[in-house]
Amino acid sequence: MSPREIFALRDHLGAELKGRTISDAHDVVSLTDILSHTVLGGRLRELSGRAVLLKLSDQLRSGLAMIELDGIARRMLLCPPDLNPAHLGSLIADAGIDAVVTDEPDRWGGTGVPLVVTAHLPLQATVPVTSERATEWLMLTSGTSGVPKIAGHTLEALTGAIVAEGPARGPAPVWATFYDIRRYGGLQIFLRAILSGGSMVLSDPHEALGDHIARLNARGVSHISGTPSHWRKLLMSGAAAQFAPAYVRLSGEIADQAVLDGLKAAFPNASVGHAYASTEAGVGFAVNDGLEGFPADYLGNRNGVEMKVVDGSLRIRSARTAHAYVGRDATALTDADGFVDSGDIVELRGDRYYFVGRRGGIINIGGLKVHPEEIEAVINRHPDVRMSRAKSRRSPITGGIVVADVILADGTDAARAKEIRDQILDQCRAQLASHKVPAVIRFVEALDVTPAGKLARTDA
Amino acid sequence: MSVRSKVIEAIQQIAREQHVTLPALSDDLSLHETGFDSLAFAILVARLEDETGVDPFTISEDAAFPATVGDFVRAYENVPA
Repeated sequence: MSPREIFALRDHLGAELKGRTISDAHDVVSLTDILSHTVLGGRLRELSGRAVLLKLSDQLRSGLAMIELDGIARRMLLCPPDLNPAHLGSLIADAGIDAVVTDEPDRWGGTGVPLVVTAHLPLQATVPVTSERATEWLMLTSGTSGVPKIAGHTLEALTGAIVAEGPARGPAPVWATFYDIRRYGGLQIFLRAILSGGSMVLSDPHEALGDHIARLNARGVSHISGTPSHWRKLLMSGAAAQFAPAYVRLSGEIADQAVLDGLKAAFPNASVGHAYASTEAGVGFAVNDGLEGFPADYLGNRNGVEMKVVDGSLRIRSARTAHAYVGRDATALTDADGFVDSGDIVELRGDRYYFVGRRGGIINIGGLKVHPEEIEAVINRHPDVRMSRAKSRRSPITGGIVVADVILADGTDAARAKEIRDQILDQCRAQLASHKVPAVIRFVEALDVTPAGKLARTDA
Repeated sequence: MSVRSKVIEAIQQIAREQHVTLPALSDDLSLHETGFDSLAFAILVARLEDETGVDPFTISEDAAFPATVGDFVRAYENVPA
């Protein structure tokens, strides 16, 4: 039996590299001769077979290091920028890390990691290498508090949906995402840019939204993804008016009808769709009919992705899921049948399933379970509302009540606040059980969004 | 606006929202007779806390929930400034 052919990132970068770039707010790197250049100072050989921690302060060098390391390192652990440094030691032990790629080599002096390799730009010329092995990709879950879990993927699993879709039609896309590419949602776009051609424009957490959009425009971005919270922020900013992407995707949070309609209105010529994916479950499916939720016939086996609903929660089995949690106290990632329990609660209404919230995000209102997302979706349907967050507040009478913070659309007359509040409450009373109707609605200027692009729910 | 009128106005507002028909709000009307359920009272207490900055029923651990409209209003009037 011959060994299975190894196909690493570099092997997807064979042909037609001319004119393609990957860039951030500071640098533009040409992909034309990327295979004969190194961001690792030519030290890739030393990392062969190692378990490498990718701990860089920017996405550009991270992406370039991924291209080099895939097929050479035994595994690589991607660290998102907001990783709590207090968790590093534990993650290093859990992943058996024996090398780090960093831009701050001085910090790694006394840490016991035996090999420290510095990544720097500009790239240096080097001799192209041949892929040696299928590198294991380790990604951190974007869960709440505590040490994040490490989910193990293969490149094949990570790119399953991209390969299934085939190359993008028409002119080579210019990809961008509001996500960081060291998170699952962002990595999907980075991998699309590598596999299906085109260029990639990276985000920068220190850049103002207006400047970011101006940069996306200047670089001709055509395909862009983000969470509904990312997109609501863009819609609120007024910057959307200067931007005309052809392909707009949402993932990572529930895409409610209001944000889908808002994007369709802002980008009338764009294809607007939402995708279901998570670090553990991989890419589940895409919904391109412009409606929230997904058709009930997506359940069962569809294009190699099997889905079922157990106790209200969506479960997924496919070749695109992570294969295991990695670490000393790693729990099973799948149930006995190989399904990943997403923890995303869905509800069947008519012939469509709707996402109602996270199992872990339930708030308790007088002994009744409430998903804040379900309330937000109703509030967001009001035409003057841009974004909202429902949460519980303790009550001496019932133990807890629902309260909501609401951001009104730009330019809403403050004198209409009372009228809008009454309309929102009427809308909630018409569509929600009485204990889910907010007792208090507060109009706010901003709502916190986590570094992963999700509405902050610290109190949920 | 006096504390009393703030409380009465909030009760009337919530009654409208909840489609509750209030009887005349005299001081000796029992809270039970207002037609408010516990959720309506919870809303009332939360809104008054936002408006007045106090929640007299959480401040003191042994505070008994009032029995009449008059008791309820006094709970807000008697909060030390």
